[in-house]
Amino acid sequence: MAEIKKLETAKLMKKVMADHFYEIDAAFKSGEPKVAWCTSVGPAELLRAMGFVVYFPENHAAILGASRAANDCIPAANAIGYSPEICSYLTSDVGAYLKGFTPLAKIYDGIETIPKPDVLVYNTNQCRDVKDWFEWYAREWKVPCLGIESFVNVGDVTKNHVDSIAGQMRKLAADITAATGNKMDEDRLKETVRLSRRCSDLWKDVLEMAANKPSPLTFFDGTIHMGPAVCMRGTQVAVDYYETLLKELRGWVDEGVAAVAGERHRIYWEGMPIWGKLRENAKLFLELKTCLVASTYCNSWIFSALDPDDPWNSMARAYTELFIVRDDDYKEDYYRRMLDIFGFDGIIFHDAKTCPNNSNCRYGLPQRFSKATGIPFITIDGDLNDLRCYSEEQAITKIEAFIEQLDG
Amino acid sequence: MNYFIGIDIGSTTAKAVVVDHEGTILAQTVQRSGYDFAAVARDVFAVVLQRANLQRESVTGIVSTGYGRRNVDFADQQRTEIFCHARGVHHYFPGPVTVVDIGGQDNKVIHLGPGGERLGFTMNRKCAAGTGAFIEEIAYRLDLSLSDLNRMAEEAESEVTIGSFCTVFSCTEILGMARRGIPVADIIKGVFRSVVKRVSEMDSLDGKVVMTGGVVDHNPIVGQMLGEALGRSVEMPPHPQAIGALGAALIARDLHNTAVKS
Repeated sequence: MAEIKKLETAKLMKKVMADHFYEIDAAFKSGEPKVAWCTSVGPAELLRAMGFVVYFPENHAAILGASRAANDCIPAANAIGYSPEICSYLTSDVGAYLKGFTPLAKIYDGIETIPKPDVLVYNTNQCRDVKDWFEWYAREWKVPCLGIESFVNVGDVTKNHVDSIAGQMRKLAADITAATGNKMDEDRLKETVRLSRRCSDLWKDVLEMAANKPSPLTFFDGTIHMGPAVCMRGTQVAVDYYETLLKELRGWVDEGVAAVAGERHRIYWEGMPIWGKLRENAKLFLELKTCLVASTYCNSWIFSALDPDDPWNSMARAYTELFIVRDDDYKEDYYRRMLDIFGFDGIIFHDAKTCPNNSNCRYGLPQRFSKATGIPFITIDGDLNDLRCYSEEQAITKIEAFIEQLDG
Repeated sequence: MNYFIGIDIGSTTAKAVVVDHEGTILAQTVQRSGYDFAAVARDVFAVVLQRANLQRESVTGIVSTGYGRRNVDFADQQRTEIFCHARGVHHYFPGPVTVVDIGGQDNKVIHLGPGGERLGFTMNRKCAAGTGAFIEEIAYRLDLSLSDLNRMAEEAESEVTIGSFCTVFSCTEILGMARRGIPVADIIKGVFRSVVKRVSEMDSLDGKVVMTGGVVDHNPIVGQMLGEALGRSVEMPPHPQAIGALGAALIARDLHNTAVKS
């Protein structure tokens, strides 16, 4: 049976993620520096420039999913009125808190709990659920919860959009200062944005290594190696990490190493990962000699608009240009660009039951794209964390049938 | 002479079909799958060998399909039920068709091109509404025999509308209708109408539509009702329940022929 190929840099990943969590835990326990929670595509640069260490609950929720602890936790949140129909990151994370559980305590000696924040900062560019999620903790801990109310279904990103979000960001910084005493350091902001942009560029280069045939990495690798881009962008650590990873991947490409031995088909994955089934699905595609070469999900931490010479406006633009914020015409065009770069044979849409904003198969987009390009697609019903919404046998049959279809 | 066998271990029934090198069906069988898929696979295999008067050694190729396809350890190859239903239907209906298969717990819509190539497919979501399991549950709740349903629906003078998607809630709704004295035949026809609605909303049912699966095999009125909904007649192959197993047998033959050529 084919084995999943592991990049050497994965070992470094374990270290940088451990350092990340220990840094936050130390800050939480000592009270210095202050801790901010931030949504994963929220204004992390702003918070770092104000002297916070930054914790990302979505990362914690993904760990709950990947470790299959989520389904033990979700019912606790359901029981206090948070529906099984809403974001299962939210219900996993709040449920884990209610049960007094965190996988971080199992993974990292000395960490007992998630870090209580000094401020919670959200951006609704992903969804309203992140705000509801943070507001739950704000009520629980009586901690200020501040954020940015983003646009939705954006076509072209205009100056009006940028001005509005940049204005909200400046007000947010002032409100955070009022709430916590931490002040904005403009020079530090420029440097943070510079490092974040560098991280973004490197992450983009890493992902585009998959344009090579055969591809040296898969979507599943991407979901693991995106950790520093999510949790550490704006730091030198993340930049160093992706320089190392990129170097290793270039070596693999030079040597013709394939992530999927005998790569026969190349597929684009649209939607959230099914965190609790990453390993099983990675193996399934390995056996089918099919490489998931690219995904909107992993691409979501590419922020090419960031510009250290214009940090406020460029942050506003970067966090409004995101795929998830855009309208369907933009999304269809985006798939075409991905098709040009990666040359895939088909798309798998993951219809995540509790994540409508990341389920782009509900308004006819797959059918329109397929009709326009001839690229076939299937839809898998599942969820990011709630495995009650996932029928594994049915999904396997769909995937195998899709590959048979591509085989002709 | 070469012989090929297809074995379809579905969630509800297991089917096996034997074909010769020309694709002529020599024997077939259907029985309940039960819980031991490996055992039922051996059973249906033995039955069709006996019916075709063949020895195991004279079988050139075996392909398994269905949810239990991996439990058929004596099969040479496995293929999904999507592929096998497509192949089986193409045998009887060459040219572009839309296949609507209503199985025990899965419904499928498969679009075939002029040469029988699969252009795309849709399966039901993670829900048994509109599948054979839905009908079985209703029959159980009403204490009716599955073999009586088609006749009852044909005798119905009217039909009820079932509002719920959910099988369990549909049962509750139906039991309420029965309590109010609505004729059972009208309820059964309403149940079949619900099945037709569920498959109609899965995908576009373009061009020639061919129905397969155990539900239409035992209840051909469902095909007639889908035809009424589409405004054109719906076709059915002989023995639609065994079409996946037939397709598997034909794929075994195709694989053999390809190997011989190469």
